[in-house]
Amino acid sequence: MPCPLGKRNRLNPGFRAWGSRMGVVLALLATGLALACLCPQFLSVANLTNVVRQVAINGILAVGVTLVLLTGGVDLSLGSVVALSGVVAAHLAHPGEYPLAVPVLAGVLAGAACGGLNGLVVTRGRVPPFIATLGMMTAARGVALVLSGGRPVSNMGPALTRLAGDWARVPVPALVLAAVALGAAWMLRNTRQGRYLYAVGGNEQAARAAGIGVRGVKFLAYALCGALAGLAGVVLAARITTGQPNAGVAYELDPIAAVVIGGTSLAGGVGGVGGTLLGVLLMGVIGNGLDLLNVSSYYQQIVKGLIIVGAVWFDRQRRSVERE
Amino acid sequence: MILAAKEVSKAFGGAQALRGVSFELAAGEVHALMGENGAGKSTLVKILAGLHAPDAGEVLVRGRPVRLRGPHEALRNGIAMIHQELMPVPGLSVAENLLLGREPRGRLPGTVDRRALRREAVRLLGLLDADLPVDAPMGTLSVAGMQTVEIARALGAAAAAVIMDEPTAALSGREVAALFRVIAALKARGVGIIYITHKMDEVFRVADRITVLRDGCLVRTAPAGELDESRLIALMVGRELSGWRHLATQRPRADAGEPLLVVRGLSRGGAFRDVSFEIRRGEVVGLAGLMGAGRSEVAAALFGLAPAEAGEIRVRGAAVRVRRPSDAMRLGIGMVTEDRRGYGLVPQMAVWQNITLAALPQLCPGPLLRRTAERAAAGEAAARYGIKADGAGQAVRLLSGGNQQKVVIARTLLAQPEIVILDEPTRGIDIGAKAEVHALIAALAAQGRAVLLISSEMPELLRLSDRLLVMRQGGLVAELDPLTVTQEEVLSYAMPVRKA
Ligand SMILES: Nc1ncnc2c1ncn2[C@@H]1O[C@H](COP(=O)(O)OP(=O)(O)OP(=O)(O)O)[C@@H](O)[C@H]1O
Ligand SMILES: [Mg+2]
Repeated sequence: MPCPLGKRNRLNPGFRAWGSRMGVVLALLATGLALACLCPQFLSVANLTNVVRQVAINGILAVGVTLVLLTGGVDLSLGSVVALSGVVAAHLAHPGEYPLAVPVLAGVLAGAACGGLNGLVVTRGRVPPFIATLGMMTAARGVALVLSGGRPVSNMGPALTRLAGDWARVPVPALVLAAVALGAAWMLRNTRQGRYLYAVGGNEQAARAAGIGVRGVKFLAYALCGALAGLAGVVLAARITTGQPNAGVAYELDPIAAVVIGGTSLAGGVGGVGGTLLGVLLMGVIGNGLDLLNVSSYYQQIVKGLIIVGAVWFDRQRRSVERE
Repeated sequence: MILAAKEVSKAFGGAQALRGVSFELAAGEVHALMGENGAGKSTLVKILAGLHAPDAGEVLVRGRPVRLRGPHEALRNGIAMIHQELMPVPGLSVAENLLLGREPRGRLPGTVDRRALRREAVRLLGLLDADLPVDAPMGTLSVAGMQTVEIARALGAAAAAVIMDEPTAALSGREVAALFRVIAALKARGVGIIYITHKMDEVFRVADRITVLRDGCLVRTAPAGELDESRLIALMVGRELSGWRHLATQRPRADAGEPLLVVRGLSRGGAFRDVSFEIRRGEVVGLAGLMGAGRSEVAAALFGLAPAEAGEIRVRGAAVRVRRPSDAMRLGIGMVTEDRRGYGLVPQMAVWQNITLAALPQLCPGPLLRRTAERAAAGEAAARYGIKADGAGQAVRLLSGGNQQKVVIARTLLAQPEIVILDEPTRGIDIGAKAEVHALIAALAAQGRAVLLISSEMPELLRLSDRLLVMRQGGLVAELDPLTVTQEEVLSYAMPVRKA
């Protein structure tokens, strides 16, 4: 008897998405609980504020790279784009020159341009994303060095540096992350392009055969990812009050790790922003906890590496059981 | 008794796929397993082949209970399986795919004797009378070609029991005949065969015994001689099914209108050359031919999946260029592709999202999705085609093969194409759904659309088409009247002429 696609289905997808993230949620709760017991100051408002401030940049980058990973691609140029857009923004942010919107927009656009170029090389040029964005990683860093003459761009006006401050006791970078994440989640859920991102990542040939403009969809993903990297670059520049051409080295790795921990498949087609945020938070809380516990930064690296692999390993074990 | 299942049950999440089913396979017997899409046939044989562990019950090999922990252990126990969903490694050659995991060893440790490999591959394909390029990459084969390789692979395993899950879904008469010769030879050697199919004529040709499943329950096991087609169908669907009798009747014809699609001198590389035909409003044009004749390639060119290199396509009188599927869809061309894994489905996506994927621009004009409209449309399509799923939110890869096929059909037709290309639309769907699809094709024509039908099932082509075109080795060789022509005549045109 074919069961008609009735009511219970309406709940199903939501539950499933939630269930697949349960592992990360549990890990987050367990870590939080352990830290709360080990060091009481973990739960203090000051410390928690600190955590969200610290994860903001990683989080903005992770949201952007989620879009690219969903299409089955990857973006290795994030760190360099962060540096480039920071330099661009800092150049336009000397006191009394332009209104705040100018450096911010310029930084974002610089990032979008890099991302768009990545997208073009991947779609039109058919260069594998790994190589295309690796090239961008080197080139964008070069452009940042050229623009700045290799020196930090300083003398930043207070309008921009305030971006790294607080607003109503909440760190502005965290607010930016929240807005970005909400926007991206909304786009993935409610727009046609969002649906197409999943389709392209899930089966590119089938997406093409369904009349979807695969190139356009991928281009959009890379361009948006670049724009968000640009935004992260502006936020970073505001925080360190200079445009640093050498900033952001290896910044691409943590976001990718966070996205995968959050359940987005490296093969594309599965995942979302919610999981990514959980992944970002988990990594942030662990980093914060190790700091509070005075673990030396050498050991921190070891622990972090183990946790990244462990989280994904645990997740995949659980999933293969589910499939059976 | 070579192989048996005793009271096996299996649930996937909330869905009970099998409930206490017992099944036995004797040596030298062909035991057919029948049932509607989603009845649990593949699940049962996957348990016998060690791909799923049963929740309850046991598997017996030669009377001994065994726990098979994977296809390797099944093979070691002499059980080989031909899978319903093809699993080729596209980059490896046909020969390498055929002997994957059983490569003949070379003289140095860890090496492969490539000449022996090739020889063995040629031998196995020869058993099936298949004319396939052993050195070509697997990815270049048609679905029928891949299916043939899959069959030959299982034959090479020298097993005591061979499980065939819809081996002929994409094969045409000649290849099926070759398979049946092989089955006869295996039987004579005492090999037991489990045979799953939705093709009624095949069952009564090969089966010694028939077991019918319905909704995961065993309905009956009987010698084939005790059943006939209508009794068997009644057992499968659990009621008198009226629609299937349409399957034996000719589609009534109406006067065709003006030409909607005109093709002149279409050619592409080694695939097809100088193909010209037209389809009028209200017409169903059948395309017959053997595996590799170029039928699917022509269809792929019309839909923009693999554009033609030369020739002209006219839609509603205007010359058009179709470079990609989105061009074709804008012109009102829709296609059900033969390869549901490759070009059909987005496996991880929900059933309803797969159904609406191609029709999103129509369902949701503007950039935003309208989920209510989408779900309504998907729900309606699912009910209409009898898609059996554990909720519309289930990932489409978890559906049974036939239900996946229904999703592909639903998706294509939801976009309301005026020119409909159907490449093996009834591949692997059960008899009720097949009658449904046939009625649907007739309805499409009655609404004044143009249909191009490709099928490896000759009766289907003859009954549904207004005109029948025959392709052979990349060229169009005949146009026949389905009312007067016989299957044998069609075949005589389709047979390749071997150059001396
Ligand atoms: N891995 C899985 N996860 C969840 N549900 C599954 C899985 N495999 C099969 N099912 C469900 O179990 C039921 C039986 O499926 P099965 O593939 O055995 O059907 P079938 O008889 O082979 O059908 P068909 O003729 O379409 O191939 C279906 O409802 C299907 O959706
Ligand atoms: Mg099946």
